[in-house]
Amino acid sequence: MKDFAALFAHIDESTKTTVKIAALADYFGTAPLDDRLWTIALFTGRRPKRTITATRLREWAAEVANLPDWLFAESYSIVGDLAETIALVLPPPTQTTEIPLSHWINYIKYLSTLDDAARKTGILQAWDSLPTTQRFLFTKLLTGGFRIGVSAKLITRALAQSTGQPEPRLAHKLMGNWTPDTATWDSLIVADDPTADLSRPYPFYLAYQLDSLDDLGQPDDWNAERKWDGIRGQLIIRGGEQHLWSRGEDLMTDRFPELARLRDDLPDGTVIDGEILAYKDEKPLSFNALQKRIGRKTVPGKLLVDAPAILMAYDILEHDGQDIRALPFTDRRKLLKTLTDQSPEGAPLRLSASLAFANWDDLRNARAQSRAVGAEGLMLKRRKSPYLAGRKRGDWWKWKIDPLTIDAVLIYAQAGHGRRANLFTDYTFAVRDGENFVPFTKAYSGLTDAEFREITAWVRKNTLQRFGPVRQVPPVHVFEIAFEGLQPSPRHKSGVALRFPRMLRWRRDKPVHEANTLADLQEMLATFG
Amino acid sequence: MISALRRGSPGRTHRALRDPAADHAIITAMTDILTFTDRGIYCPAGDFYIDPWRPVDRALITHAHSDHARPGMGSYLATDGTAPVMKHRLGNIRVDTVTYGSETQIGDARVSFHPAGHVPGSAQIRVEVKGQVWVVSGDYKTVADGLSTPFAPVKCHAFITECTFGLPVFSWTPQAILTGQINDWWAANAAAGRTSILGTYALGKAQRLLRLLNPDIGPILTHAAIENTNEVIRNQGVTLPQTIRVTAETNAKNHPGALVLATPSAVDSTWARRFGPASTAFASGWMALRGVRRRRAADRGFIVSDHADWDGLNMAIKATGATKIFATHGYTATFRRWLCEQGYDAHVGSTDYQGEGFDNPKEIEE
Repeated sequence: MKDFAALFAHIDESTKTTVKIAALADYFGTAPLDDRLWTIALFTGRRPKRTITATRLREWAAEVANLPDWLFAESYSIVGDLAETIALVLPPPTQTTEIPLSHWINYIKYLSTLDDAARKTGILQAWDSLPTTQRFLFTKLLTGGFRIGVSAKLITRALAQSTGQPEPRLAHKLMGNWTPDTATWDSLIVADDPTADLSRPYPFYLAYQLDSLDDLGQPDDWNAERKWDGIRGQLIIRGGEQHLWSRGEDLMTDRFPELARLRDDLPDGTVIDGEILAYKDEKPLSFNALQKRIGRKTVPGKLLVDAPAILMAYDILEHDGQDIRALPFTDRRKLLKTLTDQSPEGAPLRLSASLAFANWDDLRNARAQSRAVGAEGLMLKRRKSPYLAGRKRGDWWKWKIDPLTIDAVLIYAQAGHGRRANLFTDYTFAVRDGENFVPFTKAYSGLTDAEFREITAWVRKNTLQRFGPVRQVPPVHVFEIAFEGLQPSPRHKSGVALRFPRMLRWRRDKPVHEANTLADLQEMLATFG
Repeated sequence: MISALRRGSPGRTHRALRDPAADHAIITAMTDILTFTDRGIYCPAGDFYIDPWRPVDRALITHAHSDHARPGMGSYLATDGTAPVMKHRLGNIRVDTVTYGSETQIGDARVSFHPAGHVPGSAQIRVEVKGQVWVVSGDYKTVADGLSTPFAPVKCHAFITECTFGLPVFSWTPQAILTGQINDWWAANAAAGRTSILGTYALGKAQRLLRLLNPDIGPILTHAAIENTNEVIRNQGVTLPQTIRVTAETNAKNHPGALVLATPSAVDSTWARRFGPASTAFASGWMALRGVRRRRAADRGFIVSDHADWDGLNMAIKATGATKIFATHGYTATFRRWLCEQGYDAHVGSTDYQGEGFDNPKEIEE
């Protein structure tokens, strides 16, 4: 655990990518094999099952630190992280230990087999034998949620440096539903066949937002299609089985049972990249319809009827069992088209159509129609581009439509968590309704750190009332809120719910009486809802 | 009264928005010795203010930080250790000085200054009227820093305390360990050909850190705001290691392996770019919190403060023997509640003091 804590401190403290990669590469070359594997697992979101509730941990920590519950709660709200709060309030350890990371994880698994009293004893003992950083990490393992700012990309680069293997191959190896219980360092990293695991997806190729058409050269070099507003997914048909992965590496197979038939509709050895859409009468439904299905492990029959899903196919990555990502886009597209054309009647599969355009102006017009056809913009792909891994510039661009915007008034503020702990970053905004202010959305992102600091100082000095962690402030600051869409919502006072709201800018120039009104919002709902 | 106080934001309530009921409650609860007014902490018996934030005729000053020693007062009374820096910062002012422990009669009040251990010259101010003793802590810390005269508890009936770090998550790194951490970081940077840039307050913490640094590792460069204060402190007879003032002509190449002591806001500014490849760090109590550390995006955070940590505050309060406590700046509402549960008659006193800020650039210039 000491080495892992040192690695963590290195990564966590440094702002320089090179330093982080060097620390990781060094660790991957020296740590015990099981620790290396667990480190990769933790940093790529694979964590041990949560065995103890946060409430119990809080109680026990407050008890050991001899603090009343309310004071622990106050401290937690300032620190913004439960494991960190616990690590900080506990008295210094009285014992020492040199147990490695993987043993601590086994210890946590062992604890889960015990009764409550024995678990408590076990955890208190661990707390009493670990210095602050190790104690923090141990508690993080207990609480789950192990996010510490290391991207999969960084892990891949460090592994490449340490093992001498190329990055894309390593990126592929790290995909899928392996865990340290099912894999070893050798089987996962050293062994040579990344498709040994039939369910393993390829890394997704992600596009950057297009800055300007001017840099693209000839229109003929490009394929254009709609950017559909659903869930990006990768469909894998191998060995007679079907797997559906999200971009975030969530296995979604069971959540979309109507796609199961694709196992029979498509030949074995096929991997398709596409967008899952709620789709009816040959038209995509709004994202709202799909949203009802997210987060559900099983789907009630009514939803299957109201919001049936299809896969809108963008690309094909594996054909006839062969990895064809290196082929030019045009060639892959032909293979994909043949497959979708040949799929039987009623198959929940469509080819995302290529848009015909002779020049960039045609494309501008096509983009302007996005909302009308239920898309969120265009995708431009270079015809000769291979399918790369991760977010890369040059060959693929997304060209999203401009968001909708509204000028709103800040009325409540709440402190954030983690990096934003102790800063007021979570805001509630209102539109005007005569002399009143009607709250209609929350937003958390879009301002600079300096702006958040400035608002934080202002909130502290201008709090009108406190409702728990929420501060009511005078309605004086106007912000331009951007969002992707809106829909009626009986749950909100204003009667609308926004999709992906964020702060576009702080309108210091705008007095409150120039902010938008509830009537404006209702008009937008009528137009775009 | 309790509900009214709880609603106020910790120590920073805007005057215009402050609940008048809270003011009234504080004033009636402490008629005798000191009152919280909109100008500062006032002593009717002696007709003077302690650390006022608006112009008054007579000001008693605990220490020279700018939220406690402000311009525009008719006259100032401070310790002989505080006066030089205060004059340096406020220019041509009228200052009378006292030594620690000596007593002065002002009207019906007997006044004395006692070490607060915060920065050189910093004092707690003891006010006695008709046998009642009240003490204003100013800012303080309870551990010796090797620079300031160490904190000495003063017995009193009522204690007006800061609580900048009044939460149980704050516990400072012992100075010996801290010294090792900073010097190790510096030496590793020097070996890797990087400059070390350490952000810290100009008065107090900068000089404290200077005395912890191992000059054998490399040269020590200082930001002008820090070096100006160094000069004043050196003139008071305090020994500091040799430092080189950074000027427009300073060339990093001539100072390989240097450690640069900078004000916090200079660390991420264009000013710092002249030093080429560098590792940056901040020295502050707020570095105890990972969120703040990451937000400041420095390579390292050293947990060091000239304010008392949680245990320090609690020990200091206990040592005064006071039963009545006023928490001024910091996590006042939380700390007051904690003290009430410990059996104290605890209140929140509203002031304009800021303690050790970290998110407002104006505050960190302190």
